[in-house]
Amino acid sequence: MTQKWNDINGDFHPASGMDFLPREHLRKIQSQRLSATVKLAYENVQLHRSRMDALGVKPGDIKTVDDISKLPFTEKTDLRDTYPYGLFAVDMSEIVRLHASSGTTGKPIVVGYTREDMRLWETSVMRCLLMNGVRRSDFVQVSFGYGLFTGGLGLHGGAEALGCTVIPASGGNTERQLMIMRDFGATVVCCTPSYFVHLIEESKKYGVDMKKLPLRIGVFGAEPWSERMRAFMRENANIEVFDIYGLSEIAGPGVGGECCAHDGIHILEDNFYPEIIDPDTGKPLPDGEEGELVITTLAKRAMPILRYRTHDITSIIAEPCPCGRTVRRIRRIDRRCDDMFISRGVNVFPSQIEAGLARVEECSTNYRIILERERDLDRITVEVELLEKYFADSLPQLDAIRKKIQASIMGIIGIRVEIRIVEPNKIPRSEGKAKRVFDYRKI
Amino acid sequence: MRIKQLSVFLENTPGHLCKVCQTLKSAGVNILTITIAETKEYGIVRAVVDKTEEAAAALKSAGFFAKVVDVLAVEVEDRPGALLSVLARASDSGLNVEYMYALTRPNNENPVMVMAFKDIDAAEKALG
Ligand SMILES: [Zn+2]
Repeated sequence: MTQKWNDINGDFHPASGMDFLPREHLRKIQSQRLSATVKLAYENVQLHRSRMDALGVKPGDIKTVDDISKLPFTEKTDLRDTYPYGLFAVDMSEIVRLHASSGTTGKPIVVGYTREDMRLWETSVMRCLLMNGVRRSDFVQVSFGYGLFTGGLGLHGGAEALGCTVIPASGGNTERQLMIMRDFGATVVCCTPSYFVHLIEESKKYGVDMKKLPLRIGVFGAEPWSERMRAFMRENANIEVFDIYGLSEIAGPGVGGECCAHDGIHILEDNFYPEIIDPDTGKPLPDGEEGELVITTLAKRAMPILRYRTHDITSIIAEPCPCGRTVRRIRRIDRRCDDMFISRGVNVFPSQIEAGLARVEECSTNYRIILERERDLDRITVEVELLEKYFADSLPQLDAIRKKIQASIMGIIGIRVEIRIVEPNKIPRSEGKAKRVFDYRKI
Repeated sequence: MRIKQLSVFLENTPGHLCKVCQTLKSAGVNILTITIAETKEYGIVRAVVDKTEEAAAALKSAGFFAKVVDVLAVEVEDRPGALLSVLARASDSGLNVEYMYALTRPNNENPVMVMAFKDIDAAEKALG
């Protein structure tokens, strides 16, 4: 631990400089950047302009970060409703990259980056990697998926900008991942935490001793995970383990990262301004109080986002961190305030499951989603009732219906779920908004 | 002979079969034979009872999926090869047995097999 905890003393990378600014200085930068972002958004994006007009707020009213609460929120639905390019603030000729995340009803959410945005994103990921103790001499195996998902290319860009030797392994193919890890001499691995646990578990089968690999750091994100998993990974792979936070609506991975103190996630607040609000009233809450995390981009040009409601529940830690960074931390996120859940790196909304059920005539759309974690791998089970007229006196027929439902849901969310057909009226009906998701994962 | 069978959808969890039997008892239904076909998570209880329609109604009102289906009761002689000859007749007529089980008989009469077919009419013609 101690030999790795040296990212301040004697081993300082200039990119980390912004992590350590005096608070007043940081505040000045934040205020300037916020004003510029609001101006850019107001002048170029219809949605932001009409929302601000409705509240009677003009860009000139936003002088310091304290004025941020005057601004309207942006919701995930806003990104969907303006699909694909409605929230872009620059001409398409300036866009050098597009990414997308899965949406609830098939339509993804599209995000764009200018050349400067790409540099900002790379630097942000780089700063997170530096917090984790990653250095340019490291061999970084990126086992997040590459493609429209921001995970793979995001970590790739950051590690490459830092000067590491990047191994773009992408996701999947356990045997090959382990072989590359061993033969290429990876010292850092980036992937979803559940995938790394899977690699550990499979390693014996392929004759790879994880403890003997040169691997020393794991950077994990894209789904919630626990201290218990951290301990398991430390013990079984002999590595230091770090959380990386991000969401594609804001930038992708690199919105924040965990330092060697392992006590919360530093938000890179010169670029991404965090607020905590009461999810019901929208009122800002003071540091230390738990609520919904809201993020405003302060330096992105292609797609400035004002007060994005993440639906992640956390609190801001304002106390100074032992690592010396002045950018504030948030507590690690293990809950959300809507029903969306994250499993195997995929955002899943109950409405997607519902849409899958609606396409199968044999079942009712009354359902429950049970989330469990078995040997650190997520299992999603959808409990569903049959419609009585489709109950046939035949097990093969029941099984065919089960498979039909499974295929229908997989077609929408892209991952496999277990289907459990239950007795009629087994799933309690509720008045108003039904509780659909039962999360029994011990994370 | 064509007979009525009760089929009930059941989750494979403790106590559920008890609830079925309790419901039948309350409705004054006597079970002649009962069998369960199951997967890991659910199964189908199949029973031959004395009052099939009443039993189905009682189970439905107790919240079960219950269905009355036609099956064949086929007497099989008590000697080697007897079942084979029944099955051969079905197979010669292009009939596939969906499932079958033995009907419990109190006396020393010939065994009776309960057999289910997709096309019960054709099966009845072939096996009588
Ligand atoms: Zn720190």
